[in-house]
Amino acid sequence: MESIKNIISVKINGIDVSIEKGTTILEAARKINVRIPTLCHHEDLCVAGNCRVCVVEVEGAKNLTASCAAPCEQNMVIKTNTPKVRSARKDLIALLVSEHNTQCTTCYRSTNCELQALASEYNVDNNTYLSVLKPGIQVDRSSWSIEKDDSKCVRCQRCVRTCAELQHVNAITVAHKGKDMKISTFMDLPMNEVVCVNCGQCIIHCPTGALTERRYFDDIWEAIGDEKKHVVINTAPSVRVAIGEMLGYAPGAHVTGKMVAALKKIGFDSVLDTNYTADLTIVEEGTELLGRLKSKIKDEDDSVALPMITSCSPGWVKFIEHMYPEHLAHLSTCKSPQQMFGALAKTYYAEKIGVKPENIVSVAAMPCAAKKFEANRPEMKSSGYQDIDAGLTTREIGHMIKQAGIDFSEISDSDFDSIMGDSTGAAIIFGATGGVMEAALRTAYELITGRDVPFDRLNIEPVRGLEGIKHAAVKLENCLEAYSFLEGVELRVAVAHGLKNARVIMDQIKDGTSPYHFIEIMACPGGCIGGGGQPIPTNDKVRMERIKAIYEDDADCKLRKSHENPEIKQIYDEFLKDGPLGHKSHKLLHTHYTKRNRY
Amino acid sequence: MTKTDMMVKELVDKYGSKRESLLPILQGVYDLEHFVSDEAMVSIARNLDLSSADVYGKSTFYSFLDTIPRGKFVIRVCKTIVCDMHDKNQIVDTLENILKIKVGETTLNRKFSLLYTNCLGWCHKGPAMLINDDVYTDLTPETIREIITDYKNRE
Ligand code: SF4
Ligand code: SF4
Ligand code: SF4
Ligand code: FES
Ligand code: FES
Repeated sequence: MESIKNIISVKINGIDVSIEKGTTILEAARKINVRIPTLCHHEDLCVAGNCRVCVVEVEGAKNLTASCAAPCEQNMVIKTNTPKVRSARKDLIALLVSEHNTQCTTCYRSTNCELQALASEYNVDNNTYLSVLKPGIQVDRSSWSIEKDDSKCVRCQRCVRTCAELQHVNAITVAHKGKDMKISTFMDLPMNEVVCVNCGQCIIHCPTGALTERRYFDDIWEAIGDEKKHVVINTAPSVRVAIGEMLGYAPGAHVTGKMVAALKKIGFDSVLDTNYTADLTIVEEGTELLGRLKSKIKDEDDSVALPMITSCSPGWVKFIEHMYPEHLAHLSTCKSPQQMFGALAKTYYAEKIGVKPENIVSVAAMPCAAKKFEANRPEMKSSGYQDIDAGLTTREIGHMIKQAGIDFSEISDSDFDSIMGDSTGAAIIFGATGGVMEAALRTAYELITGRDVPFDRLNIEPVRGLEGIKHAAVKLENCLEAYSFLEGVELRVAVAHGLKNARVIMDQIKDGTSPYHFIEIMACPGGCIGGGGQPIPTNDKVRMERIKAIYEDDADCKLRKSHENPEIKQIYDEFLKDGPLGHKSHKLLHTHYTKRNRY
Repeated sequence: MTKTDMMVKELVDKYGSKRESLLPILQGVYDLEHFVSDEAMVSIARNLDLSSADVYGKSTFYSFLDTIPRGKFVIRVCKTIVCDMHDKNQIVDTLENILKIKVGETTLNRKFSLLYTNCLGWCHKGPAMLINDDVYTDLTPETIREIITDYKNRE
C-alpha cells in the first residue's frame, strides 16, 4: 500500500498530525488551524524562504526553521509559538520596518497590508532599530496601470515570482545584491517602457503598498461634483461577485443590487452594465468567427487566420503584441466590452438621452489594472472623444463606497439603469475563465443549427473550472442551410488563463500544430474574477468562491444567450443598422493591434 | 548583424543557448568589452529566450560583471574589515592621487577604473587589491606606484 507508506506523523504544539510526505510544516500547521505568520510565502507561487517570518522551533534542530520551506519529517516535534520563536519574529519584522518608508496614514494599502498587520500583531516598536530607509527613492508613476514605490518594498520577491511563474512575462527582476538589492526592470527603465503587460498580478500578490494600481477615483469625484457632466459607469461581471470583499462580505457574496444602489448614491448619473456590451461582443465575435470559418472552409481562403482568439483581456492583448507580434491576425478584431461600451456611450447612448458627448464622462468599474492602459490607447477614440475616461478597479470602487460613507450592509438593492443595462447569463459568465467561450458556443451553435447547444441546461462544463488549459469539441450536425459548409465539422475550442498557459497555446500556433478553431485567453489566473484589480487576497479558494457566484447568477437568469438580449436586438434595429460587422460596428466596435518589442 | 550581435552569437555557439549558459556568456562579454552593455544584454536575452530584465538581474548580481563601461584595467581594492584595519584608506588615497579619479570612476583614456570589492581571501597579507584577474598584496603607497607605472606602460 503505497499511499500509507507516504503518510507520516508529526507533533505540532502537542497535537499529533498525519500528513503526506513532502508537506511543509506550514501546511501541516494550517491543517490543524495553527496559524504561522508568513510574508514571502504565497500559495500561488513557489517557495522562496527569504523573509523567515515563518520560523518555528523543531526539537533537535540547532537553528529556528523556516516553516514554509521545510518539509515535515517522521516524528518531528514542532513548536510554533515559543518565546524564542516570538522574539525572532519580532526582531525580523522590526528590521523590515527599519528599512521601510512607514507611512501607513497616507498609504493606499493601509488596513490591507501584511507588513502592517505583522508589525501590529507583534507590537513592533518603531524605535527598536534606527531607520535605515534609503533616501531619495522615487515612485514610478510612468505606467497608466501600475505604480511602483520601492520605499515600501520588503523584497519578498512575490512580484518577481508572479511575473515569471504565472505570467511568463519577466518584466521585473531582482537586481543588485545585499543592501542594494531591489526589484527592478531592465536597466531600471520606467514601467511604461518595458514589456510589462499591466495585468496587475504583481499587485495582488504584493504584501505591501510597494505595487499598487494608478488611482483615478479623485478625478471621478471631481466629475461627479461637476453639474455640467453626465457621469456614467459600467460595471464588469466579475466586480459584482468580489466587491463585497472590500466591504466586509465573504468571497462570492451576491451583492449586485447593493453595488448598483451604492453607485447611484455616490452620484453616478447612470449605472449601466458592461454585461450589455459583453452580449454585444458575443454577437460581433460570433459573426466574425463564422465569417472566418466560411472563408477558410467554404472559400478555401488560406489567408484567413484560424484559430481565432478572443481579445477582451487587455493584458493578454499586450502580451501577444510583445511576445508574438507576427501572429496578431489570430486575434479577433472585436474591442473588449469596456471599449465597446465607451464607444457607444458617447454616440448611441448620448443620442438616446440627449446629452452632448463632450459632457459625458464615461467610467468603467473593472477587475483589472490593464483596463487603465487600454482606455488610454491612442486608437480608442472612435466616438470622436476618449471613449472611456477612466477605468477603476474593484478596489477603487470599494474605496469610493467607503469614502461616501455608505453603509453597504444596510443599503437595499437597486436595478441597473437603461438603456445599455440589460444583459443575459451569457454575459455574466465572461467574468470566469471559460465564460466567453461558453457564451460564444451558446450563440454560435444556435446560429449554425437552430438548436440549443447540446449540453445539459446549457452548462458547458468542460470549459469551466481552474484547470490551466481546457478543451472541448462540438460536432456540428443538421446545420441550417446558410451554414451547410459546416456540416459534420467538429468545432474544436480551447480556453487558457494565466499568461503562462497562453504561451503554450501560442507556441502551438507558432509551430503550426494548433488543433483548434477558436480559443479564449484571459491574462489572469481564473479569468477576470482573479484580475489584478480585485480585492486582496486572491487565491484559489477565493477564486473558486467568486466563480461559483458567477455561475449561480447565470443559472438564475431568464435569458442565458447573448443574442436573446432585447436591448441587443434594439441596437441593431435602431443604430447598428447594417448588422454585426457592418460599417458602423466596424468603426465603433472593432480595433487593430500594434506590433511591440519583446526586449 | 551588429558587432555586438556577432560577439554574442560566437559566445552562444561556444557555450550553448540554455539558461545555464548565461553566466559563461556574460563573463565572455565582460572579458571582451570590460562591461555588459544594454545592447549585449538584449542580444543575449534574444539568443537564450530569456527576458532582458532577467539578464540584467544576473548581470547586476555578480561583483565581477558590470553594466557600466569600465576601463581596460579594473582595480578593485578590498574594503572588508581586515584590509580596512591594515590602512586600506591610505592605499585608496594613493590610487586616487596617481590616477586622478575617485572610487567608482574611470580615467579619461579609459585605461583604469577604481572600485571597491569585498574580502578577497588574502586577509593575512592585506591590504589587498585586484587588477583584472591579478592579486596584489601587502600593499604600500610605494608598491602601488610601481604597479601602476607598470600597467601604464602596458597596452
Ligand atoms: S506598505 Fe503597509 S506598512 Fe508600509 S506604509 Fe503602507 S500600510 Fe504601512
Ligand atoms: S503588471 Fe503583470 S506583466 Fe507587469 S510587472 Fe506586474 S505581473 Fe509583470
Ligand atoms: S514589490 Fe511587493 S511583492 Fe515585490 S518584492 Fe517588494 S514587497 Fe514583495
Ligand atoms: S514566509 Fe517562510 S521564509 Fe518567508
Ligand atoms: S579583508 Fe581584505 S582580503 Fe580579506
